[in-house]
This record gives sequence, C-alpha cells and structure tokens, in this order.
Amino acid sequence: MEPTRAGTAARPRVGVSGSDRPRLARHVRLGFCPTRQKPILLLPETVVVLNATGAGILELCDGRRTVAEIVAELGARYRTVPDEEVRRYLTQLVARRCVELPRSGENTDG
Amino acid sequence: MDSPFGLLAELTYRCPLACAYCSNPLNMADYSDELTTDEWRRVLVEARDLGVLQCHLSGGEPLLRRDLVEIVATAHDLGLYSNLVTSALGLSRQKAEQLLAAGLDHVQVSIQADEPAVSDRIAGTPSFRRKIEAMGVVKELGWPLTMNVVLHRQNIDRVADVLRLAEEMGADRVELANTQYYGWAWRNRDALLPSREQLEAAELVVRAARDRLRDLMDVIYVIPDYYSRYPKPCMGGWASRQLTVTPNGDVLPCPAAQSLPLPRANVREDPLERIWAESPVMTAFRGTDWMPDPCRSCDRRELDFGGCRCQAFQLTGDAARTDPVCHLSPDHDLVARAVEAANADSRAGDLPLVPRPHGVRGGDRERHDAAPQGI
Repeated sequence: MEPTRAGTAARPRVGVSGSDRPRLARHVRLGFCPTRQKPILLLPETVVVLNATGAGILELCDGRRTVAEIVAELGARYRTVPDEEVRRYLTQLVARRCVELPRSGENTDG
Repeated sequence: MDSPFGLLAELTYRCPLACAYCSNPLNMADYSDELTTDEWRRVLVEARDLGVLQCHLSGGEPLLRRDLVEIVATAHDLGLYSNLVTSALGLSRQKAEQLLAAGLDHVQVSIQADEPAVSDRIAGTPSFRRKIEAMGVVKELGWPLTMNVVLHRQNIDRVADVLRLAEEMGADRVELANTQYYGWAWRNRDALLPSREQLEAAELVVRAARDRLRDLMDVIYVIPDYYSRYPKPCMGGWASRQLTVTPNGDVLPCPAAQSLPLPRANVREDPLERIWAESPVMTAFRGTDWMPDPCRSCDRRELDFGGCRCQAFQLTGDAARTDPVCHLSPDHDLVARAVEAANADSRAGDLPLVPRPHGVRGGDRERHDAAPQGI
C-alpha cells in the first residue's frame, strides 16, 4: 500500500471521514481468483490482487455503511483493525478513483 | 512461471477504418480463417482456467463478429471482466443494449482527433459523428467509458482539444497513446513520429489536465518510447502477464509478436495451458536468461525486461538484442537517427500518411501494456 502521487500534489486531498459512505466505483469489480486463491479488484486495464484485510474492507463498501460502521464490523471480525488504517486505505483508493464517496442525498443504489 | 492476468482476444482483423497507424500485421489475409463461436468459447474457458481475469475483445473491429454478444456472455459467465475495444462503428443502441444485457463491463472507443474533418481523414472514412453518438449511448447505458486517441505528429498538437472533447463526452478515462511502430504503422513511422517540441508542449497540457480533471477522469498518457532513455517494460515481461489470441487462433505473448521468426502455436492444435507453459513462442524470451549484454548485467533488467522484442527484431533483425530505444543499446543510433530526422530544421510540413488499404482491412488497435499493480 503505497501513497499515490495525487496525495502529494499542490491541492491537498481531503481524507475519508468516519461518516462517509464509500462504495466501489462503477467501473470496478471485486472478485475472487480461483487460480490464485486470492481476492482481486478488477479495473478496465488493471487487476489488483488484494490481501484479506483489503478485500474485507471493500466488501463492506456498499454506499450504505459509514466508514465508522465498516471499522466496527471489521473489529468484530478481526482482533485489531485500526480506524486510521482503514481510512488511509480508502483514501488511497478514492484517489485512484476505485472507491467513491457519494454526497449525502445522492442515490446509493448504483 | 506466472499465470497470465489478461487475454487480448483479437476476434477479427476486419475493420471499417483505414488508420495509417494501424499496428495489426501486414499479412492479414493469413488470418481470415477466423475461430468459430465455439472455439472462442473454449479459448475463454481455457484462459480462465489458466488464471486470466480480464478479457479485452479487440480486432480489427470486434463488432463485425456477429457472435460478439455470445462471446461477451461467455466471458461474463466465466467471471471475466470484459472490455470492448472498438471504433464504435456498428455500436447501435440496440447492439449496445444486447451487450449490456450479456454482461459487458467496459467500453473503450477510439477516436482519431477532436475535430470531425481531422478525425475522418486519419480514420480514412467518415466516422467522427458516429463515434460521438456511440460514446453518448455508452454513457447513457451507464457503462464506464474510456476514450482512446492514438497520438502522432499530425494530431498531437490538438491534445488540449482532445482532452476537452473527452470531458464533454463524460469519459471516465482517456488514453492518449503515442503511436507504436508495429505492423502498418511502421511504414508510416517518419510521417507519424512527432518532434521533441511537439512532445514537450503536449506533456505540459497533459500534466495540467491531470491536475484539473483528477476527480473526474483518469488521464493516461503513453509516451513515445523513441524519446525515452530506457525502453518500455513491454507487456510487463515476455509471456508473463498477458497473452494474445489472433483471429485464426494463433497464441502470442503480445499482438505484435507474429512478426518474429518463432514457430506458431495455435489453439486449434494445443490447449492454451500447454502453449503458455511450453511453446517456444512463449518460452523464447521469458525471464532474463535469454538476455545479452548490456541487459544481462543491467540493474534494470527486471524493470524493463530488455524492452520490446518485436521492436528489437524490427530495427536490428535480431529479436534477442537489447531494444534499440535504450540509450545503452549498441544499436541505439537506429532510433537516434529517426528522432534526428523528426527534429530536422529542414523538415517543413507533414509527410503524407499511407492509409491502410481497404479490402481485408486493418484495425485501429491501440492496446498496450496492462500490467497489474499491487496495492
């Protein structure tokens, strides 16, 4: 997990907050690769092989749960999932446009 | 040996366009015995079993295959991420709706410039208006849209307008890919290779646009390797991450590799798994053992894999030499001379482009590397 360059650009990017309700971007699909036995993220020209924690976070990004709720759910599943780490992970994926943060009131069914 | 992530399925080399930068092979008649629907289905199953996760349906113009919807449905049923790489000619609303219902994930539409007359001239056929309409349909149906523009000496000065068009179309990604000189494009290299001044101006525009559009659109810019110090990491390494199946079932590590003097491997004769693991076309340049110096002792050998085998063959006649693009290559003067000619003061105006002749027509394929990235 390396910070993207966008994060260091002149215009500072706002991080993901606890009340955001992240969802996967439209062009992104979460899946599982049977050959590699690993969870994967599929983008138009890229495949990202995920680790279990990353996949666990993204599975919960349904546009309904808040980041705080995601952290709580992961906390129940794994022993330690620091809130800050989840937010940093999501911030990076937002910067790469894999995850979106719909504004409140926006339809979250898509 | 790794499992491949992506399959480039070149369904046909037939194409309504006649782009001068076409990278499809010159001997297209050799590929007219196209795989059947059932054969493509088998290829997709075998590819999935081999570890492929993404299927790029390309050509030529894949929409000229009447069974495209069935092929997409098979890819979808297998859990593959499917990507249609198209000129958009033939992408009617009805066809688009069928493809959506079949599970197509993503559409990439090529356009040759932002301005109708320029785009039509480069495409060799009136097509701009239909492309704009088709991009509208793609967005309307809720697909993510990639707009692809192959850049060269005769359109690179319009890159700001091209970006504006992508913005107007609501593209999610725009790929600005400088021409790679394979297939037909090789014949037009001197007319297509931009000057250094043109490139520098374009890069400034792209950088500014990336910053301005970063919440709206991914701006992908593929540099022309003739101007880079080191070669591109072609295909993420030979037969490492990607494979190509040509319209007649030949299996290649990349779409340009048909030009190399290697024995053919074909899905009609062997299962994909065996071809990937054992066939000479796959094993010839896999890894680093094949490398001569300066690659063999270079710190970058695992970064750029010696560059492009097809380019080495094209320029030197020996596919095992260091890509002459590299400034360390003993053959680098072959590239330096072409660059020098493209920047000569004496050169005024555009050289004529030789369009791909109609008949068995070539595609406007502009695919390049799609290496997986770790997070």
